[in-house]
Amino acid sequence: MNWTWFHRLGSPPHIYRIAGTLTPWFAWPAGLLIAAALYGGLVLAPPDYQQGEGFRILYVHAPSAWLAVMIYGVMASAAAVGLIWRMKVAHAVAASCAGVGAWFTAVSLLTGMLWGKPMWGTYWVWDPRLTAQLILLFLYLGYMGLRAGIDDLGRADKASAVLAIVGVVNIPIIRYSVEWWNSIHQAPSVMKMDRPSMPFDMLAPLLMMLLGFTLYFAAVMLVRLRAEILRRERTASWIREVLR
Amino acid sequence: MTAIRTSTIAAAWLVLERDLRLAVRRPAQLIQPLVFFAVVTLLFPLGYTPELGKLRAIAPGVLWVAALLASMLALESLFREDAADGTLEQFVVSGQPLVGLMAAKTLAHWLLTGLPLTLMAPLLGIALGVPVVAMPGILVALMLGTITLSLIGAVGAGLTLGVRRGGVLLSLLTLPLAVPVLIFGARATELAILGESQIGPLYLLSALAVLGITLAPLAAAAAVRIGLE
Repeated sequence: MNWTWFHRLGSPPHIYRIAGTLTPWFAWPAGLLIAAALYGGLVLAPPDYQQGEGFRILYVHAPSAWLAVMIYGVMASAAAVGLIWRMKVAHAVAASCAGVGAWFTAVSLLTGMLWGKPMWGTYWVWDPRLTAQLILLFLYLGYMGLRAGIDDLGRADKASAVLAIVGVVNIPIIRYSVEWWNSIHQAPSVMKMDRPSMPFDMLAPLLMMLLGFTLYFAAVMLVRLRAEILRRERTASWIREVLR
Repeated sequence: MTAIRTSTIAAAWLVLERDLRLAVRRPAQLIQPLVFFAVVTLLFPLGYTPELGKLRAIAPGVLWVAALLASMLALESLFREDAADGTLEQFVVSGQPLVGLMAAKTLAHWLLTGLPLTLMAPLLGIALGVPVVAMPGILVALMLGTITLSLIGAVGAGLTLGVRRGGVLLSLLTLPLAVPVLIFGARATELAILGESQIGPLYLLSALAVLGITLAPLAAAAAVRIGLE
């Protein structure tokens, strides 16, 4: 089997070029999908019979919450690839994921709080999913803190990679323990959305939004990756040719 | 291969013995986390209420959070001096599997902080109005929980080896990871205080400890290796 394609992935100029080419292919569909989903979700979809208009924040909340978890997975996978195959570009991918992931986590928390005010009558309830999400935010902040705390780039890459992998092992445990903790301390007051029975004109915008947000993440990650590569390779000669 | 090569178990035992001896010769470091544990716990009656009935209700959370913080406080010194005087580098080049030596260091840390904290908890529990019959249950829960805390902490201490002012960062890294231990430990303690069977959370605490013993020394060894580069 020919592995050159794999080894070429380790070359910063190659990745820099590919990332530049791919970015619009993710960014445009992302923009179109999000715009269409916003129209579908905010205008076309009927108000929920229980939650009224308030449910519409779901169209931002659910995709952000999904991305917050998914990005951690992408980050840890990239970190593992970087650690195992000593691929510096993979570490750069992990580094460019962290900030985006932390922001999506924050957005999902904020929109969850905004949704909670009309639904629960208070901005914060120790709901298991909100709590687990808050801990996830701390995991992201710890990862970024460790990266910022180590001056040597190679060491920062590897140490934060180990942390990301430890975090991935722990996230399911944390999620389940929080779920269990909550089932003891709180009566299930959370209004559960019945996903399967959600009417199509509510569900379709949500799915579009999920896809749109995921593509948006890919586009932003690629832009950040290019910036990260430029920063890391600032002394390399190929940069001068690219930026001329 | 030389003839005088020591076995891994013997090497780990030497590391353990050395750490214990060093600690005994500097008892201040041994006692400080315990004093910290006591002070933090005793701040709650002052800050909240001296009513034993109310204190009993929050005792599980108070004991576990205080134990968590005290164990964290002792972590900073786990690798710092050994890194500064080159001992850790000698570990790495000794030809012994670093995982075994890390496991020994973690065990030493637990014997020097986790175990004393556990043994001190009943005393503080009494100050929080915990009935004496609950003490055995609390001891078992804390014993199992502090093992996992030491293991998680060793990974965090290894990762923050080369970090300036690593103390705060160390807490930021390890505290979120310690959430499951806190949840199950506090629940086991609560059940002990209520006089009910605590077998469920104890099983979960044991499972966490087993998982930690299996994986944490590997991660700690990887972290130390990276930190020494």
